[in-house]
Amino acid sequence: MATKKFMFLNRKAPYGTVYALESLEVVLIGAAFEQDVSLAFIGDGVYQIAKNQNTDGIGMKNFSPTYKALGDYEVTKLYVEKESLEARGLTLDDLMDLTWEDEDDDYAEKPSIRLVSAAELAAVFDEQDVVLSF
Amino acid sequence: MKYSIMVNEGPYTHQASDTALHFCKAALEAGHEIFRVFFYHDGVNNGTRFTVPPQDDRNIQQEWSKLASAHDIDLVVCIAAAQRRGIMDADEAKRQGIDGNNIAPGFRISGLGQLIEGGIIADRQLVFGD
Repeated sequence: MATKKFMFLNRKAPYGTVYALESLEVVLIGAAFEQDVSLAFIGDGVYQIAKNQNTDGIGMKNFSPTYKALGDYEVTKLYVEKESLEARGLTLDDLMDLTWEDEDDDYAEKPSIRLVSAAELAAVFDEQDVVLSF
Repeated sequence: MKYSIMVNEGPYTHQASDTALHFCKAALEAGHEIFRVFFYHDGVNNGTRFTVPPQDDRNIQQEWSKLASAHDIDLVVCIAAAQRRGIMDADEAKRQGIDGNNIAPGFRISGLGQLIEGGIIADRQLVFGD
């Protein structure tokens, strides 16, 4: 089967609605189909990869550890929009440490998160074949 | 052009399903092909035949079934999303020990791979949702 560039655009907070959780389920299937998968986080979507998530008080599953497994599925391109982070008073330090192992570089751990401006993100979107927004 | 469609919202609460229907009809009339319609999130609620809207309102579920039968369109309901929301076909109901099923004519239940495959095969993948 052909390989296409799939972009999963995440726009919503991780809890409150089911979109983030069900988006992640599609991402894992996309990776299993050996597609060229990227993720983008804009708006409240940046909270999906925030550090130290704790759902004890709301009775929902904390699914944030799953993002740490993405590197093992060769999902290594996680674009975070700079303007969205800044508008929420967040910096890269507030996000999980998401990495992947580069087997072509002696399994060096490399960061998956790429901080980009809205303009830079637009250029990334231009390169995609399929964009699924959540 | 060959289109794949994704519907992410349920009927009536949100216009996404109506808009997707209108798009499919217009695309078919213009000579395009609809490869597949994939229902995800609350969109799976478009696929229950237990829908009974008031008589003076449109019946969105039946519109989808009619479209599928008239144009041989593949309507796929995501199994994981369907299980969460109580959409069942006979096989799935038997497997889960549930005493009935509600899948509408023309719809089938399958996995998320069908969505990815739609994206790979179609020229354009369109998402209708919030």
